[in-house]
Amino acid sequence: MSVKGQIGRRDFIRAAAALGIGGGIWKTAAREPGSMVWQLDPQQCVQCGRCATHCVLNPSAVKCVHSYPICGYCDLCGGYLQPGAKKRDTGAENELCPVSAITRTFIEPPFFQYTIDEDLCVGCAKCVKGCGLFGNGSLYLQIKQDLCVHCNECAIARACPAEAFQRIPAEQAYLLKTRPEGGPAQT
Amino acid sequence: MKGLKRFVSVLAVLVVFSCDGEAQFRFPMPEFESDYRQPEMYTPPPGRTNDLMDVAVLAGALGVGAWLVLKRRSRPGVFLLTVFSLIYFGFWRQGCVCPIGSMQNVAEGILDANVVVPMAIVAFFLLPLLFALFFGRVFCAGVCPLGALQELVAVRPVALPQAADRVLGLIPYLYLGVTVLSVSTGAGFLICRYDPFVGFFRQGASFNLLMAGGILLLLGLYIGRPYCRYLCPYGVLLGWMSRFAKWHARITPTECIQCRLCEDACPYGAINTPAPEEAPISPREGTRRLGKTLFLAPVIVALGALTGMMAHDVLARLHPTIQLAERVAAEERGYFSDVTLESEAFRASRTTLAELYAAAHAVRADFKRKSPWLGAFLGLVVAWKLVALSIKRKRVDYEVDRVACVSCARCFPYCPVEDEDAKTQKHKA
Repeated sequence: MSVKGQIGRRDFIRAAAALGIGGGIWKTAAREPGSMVWQLDPQQCVQCGRCATHCVLNPSAVKCVHSYPICGYCDLCGGYLQPGAKKRDTGAENELCPVSAITRTFIEPPFFQYTIDEDLCVGCAKCVKGCGLFGNGSLYLQIKQDLCVHCNECAIARACPAEAFQRIPAEQAYLLKTRPEGGPAQT
Repeated sequence: MKGLKRFVSVLAVLVVFSCDGEAQFRFPMPEFESDYRQPEMYTPPPGRTNDLMDVAVLAGALGVGAWLVLKRRSRPGVFLLTVFSLIYFGFWRQGCVCPIGSMQNVAEGILDANVVVPMAIVAFFLLPLLFALFFGRVFCAGVCPLGALQELVAVRPVALPQAADRVLGLIPYLYLGVTVLSVSTGAGFLICRYDPFVGFFRQGASFNLLMAGGILLLLGLYIGRPYCRYLCPYGVLLGWMSRFAKWHARITPTECIQCRLCEDACPYGAINTPAPEEAPISPREGTRRLGKTLFLAPVIVALGALTGMMAHDVLARLHPTIQLAERVAAEERGYFSDVTLESEAFRASRTTLAELYAAAHAVRADFKRKSPWLGAFLGLVVAWKLVALSIKRKRVDYEVDRVACVSCARCFPYCPVEDEDAKTQKHKA
């Protein structure tokens, strides 16, 4: 085995490996896709509370968002008040949110606006559950894309019992609820 | 007013019970009399994702690494690059996406025609391999944040017995095989899930993973780079490339004088000592042993495939569908009095029990088809290692083991032989 012959074999293998990798990769990536980001589908969410605990960030990048066009502006808000709350006020014992991230503002009788303070929200979905059970479902969870660190395998997606997490194109990075056509009957 | 409120709440309760689960949009949109305006929803666009900036930094760091190792032969330079990579790829970019993890995306892209892998991720996978093909594992030397973390703690490395090193060195192949199997069956990205150091970069992870990372780092004080040598699946690919590296780092800049000063220099056991003149066994016996191992090789591969096939049930439990189906089946038979979040969510969904079981059977069949290949691959690795052990190589100099060497440049200062350029420069001065 001459030294020259050895170099030739190595050169050959090297070239073959480079070609093989390059070809295979080209085949998979030639379609030039955009970036994908994680998002959760509110329609599939079961409000288990794992978004608050399983994100690699603390507090979680999942926050409650509020679709005002869907909200009924109820006085008796299932997302804001504890079930069986003594009073409909801002007292801590009556609030459902464990971190008091929801602000209740009086608009006009009998309507109240509910605003989420995202700096406080931990994504526990307690209010989402309450709003879904008793209200219009205008409170729901979304991954805030400015907070998300875009893990290759989202730790919450792994833990989600309802398979609500998916990758979506970064240009359209939210799965927002919209009011269905026509909406509910006006009373 | 109070009466109206009570009526509304009673109505709400009625509505809840009349259309369970699906119920939403129960209340009409209010018609405000005041000039109230609804606030806009705050939906900020994504921050930086895997963009080309990172690819550029990766390529630059690899280039600088190759230059420092091969041209400058500078250990301090490589050390500084290591610190930079730890800060940039580790703590600043928080470890995602890394070339180690990107191999899962690429494997998914190759195996599943529907999955499209972003260019940046492909570049992340490809660049370190290409550099390894020409310059050795410079990625491991100073660019990989996981390697960097371990490089910095390797302060008092001891040499492991060669047998232990060889046996533990098989784990990365197992990890690689199981990872590809997991990706190909849709069971998830194991490398990302069990990354022991990313928790430090993000300052947050599950307790178990932080413990694992801490234990690995403590081990790393005495056993150099335990993750790189005995776990990292990407290191397997890099090793394959580095074997054929065109310009690989060498201990001595010119010619080895067998001074033995570098003998204990490598904390990672990647220096091959000169082979003894006298073979430990006679050539005749050596040939017989090689013949035996070559004859055994197909048997080992077949045994591996068989073991893989038998293990498919266990391996299939990696898949969430199997986990859910097994749990639900056990609940149906009354083995558990409680339910898990998963089984609860399943029962609330529209999927029927039969559909779940059918899906689980399909997944298991998929594993049954693919796990023999995993076994055969591992058998092939073992057979190849045995054959390699039976071949005596002629070696007179102290050389780096091209597969195991991470090009960290730690051995360079140990070599007393001076570079020709450096010598002439010194003479001039």
